[in-house]
Amino acid sequence: MVMSKAPSIRLENLAVGYGGKAVVGGLNLEFPGGRLTMVVGGSGSGKSTLLKHILQLQPAIEGKIFFGGHDMCSLSRNQMHCIRQRMGVLFQDGALLGSLRLKDNIALPLREHTRLKEAEIMDIVADRLELVGLGHALELFPNELSGGMRKRAGLARALVMDPQVLFCDEPTSGLDPVMSAELDQLLLEMMRHFDMTMVVVTHDLASMRALADHVVVLGDGRCLFQGNLEELERTGDPYLRNFLDRTAEGRDAPRLTRPPLGQDRGVMKRNCDKILGES
Amino acid sequence: MAEKAQSAVVSPAGLVIGRTLDELGNLFLFFLESVALIFAGWGQLAKTVRQIYFIGVQSVSVIALIGLFTGMVMGMQLYYALSTFGADGFLGTGVALSMVRELAPVLSAIMLTGRAGSAMTAEIGVMRISEQIDALTIMDINPKRYLVAPKMAACLLSFPILTTFFNLIAMWGGWLTGVKLLGANEGVYWARVQDALDWGDIEGGLIKAVVFGVLVCTICCYEGYFTHIRSGHAGPEGVSQSTTSAVVKSCVVILAADYVLTSLLW
Repeated sequence: MVMSKAPSIRLENLAVGYGGKAVVGGLNLEFPGGRLTMVVGGSGSGKSTLLKHILQLQPAIEGKIFFGGHDMCSLSRNQMHCIRQRMGVLFQDGALLGSLRLKDNIALPLREHTRLKEAEIMDIVADRLELVGLGHALELFPNELSGGMRKRAGLARALVMDPQVLFCDEPTSGLDPVMSAELDQLLLEMMRHFDMTMVVVTHDLASMRALADHVVVLGDGRCLFQGNLEELERTGDPYLRNFLDRTAEGRDAPRLTRPPLGQDRGVMKRNCDKILGES
Repeated sequence: MAEKAQSAVVSPAGLVIGRTLDELGNLFLFFLESVALIFAGWGQLAKTVRQIYFIGVQSVSVIALIGLFTGMVMGMQLYYALSTFGADGFLGTGVALSMVRELAPVLSAIMLTGRAGSAMTAEIGVMRISEQIDALTIMDINPKRYLVAPKMAACLLSFPILTTFFNLIAMWGGWLTGVKLLGANEGVYWARVQDALDWGDIEGGLIKAVVFGVLVCTICCYEGYFTHIRSGHAGPEGVSQSTTSAVVKSCVVILAADYVLTSLLW
């Protein structure tokens, strides 16, 4: 087996949240280098918040984040620049700049950080867009793309600087199952092609089963599980079983606190009946 | 116990003062960083030119209209007021001084706040809530350099130029009503305009325009940039709140700064 040179990411006693209030705490996790880690959990479990803190978009409440051995919380500005250029991020909706054409969106990091000639930049841009199946969309603006295309374009931009680590925030949210499967496949191909560490935040179980080498499950303000997919599938933990089997066993079903309005909907109903010609 | 009692008395006022000072400090740092980043490489030039087109060139028609009607109203009002005392010969003096010293910088700045400032806040705010600013940060592109500094440079250049344009149109508007409609002497009108204005008046008006440009740009960009930390208003509602707040704050600050600058300059 060929060893990957891609860096690992390690969290030490990390607590993340907003306004000093922790959403998830006590995180001691490792995202192994050259492998794909899925961070899963229910809505509001702190997955995206954790990602924002790992990316240093927000300061951690406590704890440390190591990127290939570098403590990201104590890096100088120049060191942070170097680390950032080794990262790629696919945001939930692509986060493409609305005022730029697709080709300019993808070319932006190259124009800002390299001294390549415009022709070379355009070659790379065309190559990356071809790679994600958007070779025909160079001249389009983001608002002219579908949700799936925006995600693919976001992926092309994330890959344009040949990152060592790719972070994806809910890459399949809002996509139909076929498109989700295509995007999963694309992510796997990209990981192999670029020899990257990949961290994918999602609540899409199908994606998790299709992609994950390593899984982290968040819930209840802490890490409930970390390990490989087989170990997770064998778990007997009731919360995790409910999550994996998409059941709500042991949890109270929501109950209506008042009866439905039924036939007596007052003036609104009567007016509607009149308008629709129903007595 | 004593601490509790103290905090109960001090907290509300102290909190407001603390927050205001904190906000002002952040605003000032935001301004300093944005100005410093204007000169961060040749790449800024193209972005600045685009912003000059948006803030400056596309505002010419609005400024021309406002300038024309303000000048026409001033010409009419001053003619009626001065002719009561047989002093309609001073019409040019009144129009020129009121425009150059006060009305042109203030009205231009208020109009530019409505036309360009609100758009700046909304644009940056939408970029914030749609993670475009996060994306710039991740790409190691300083969002303030990329988004705010070109706008700041464009405001620094556009505000004084548009104010000068306002002056010219307004004086022509004053001539239109005062001379052409109401019958004041044309030669006297223009001679008075020329006599009344010295370099200090023009310089003062331009200084005001530059200061207003800086204030409007800083406030509008700041409100958009930090729209996501607006408590209780996230998403599109936060952007609309930020835009309203930016316009209101800018207008109030323009008028307050006008008073201070007038006191200092004349």
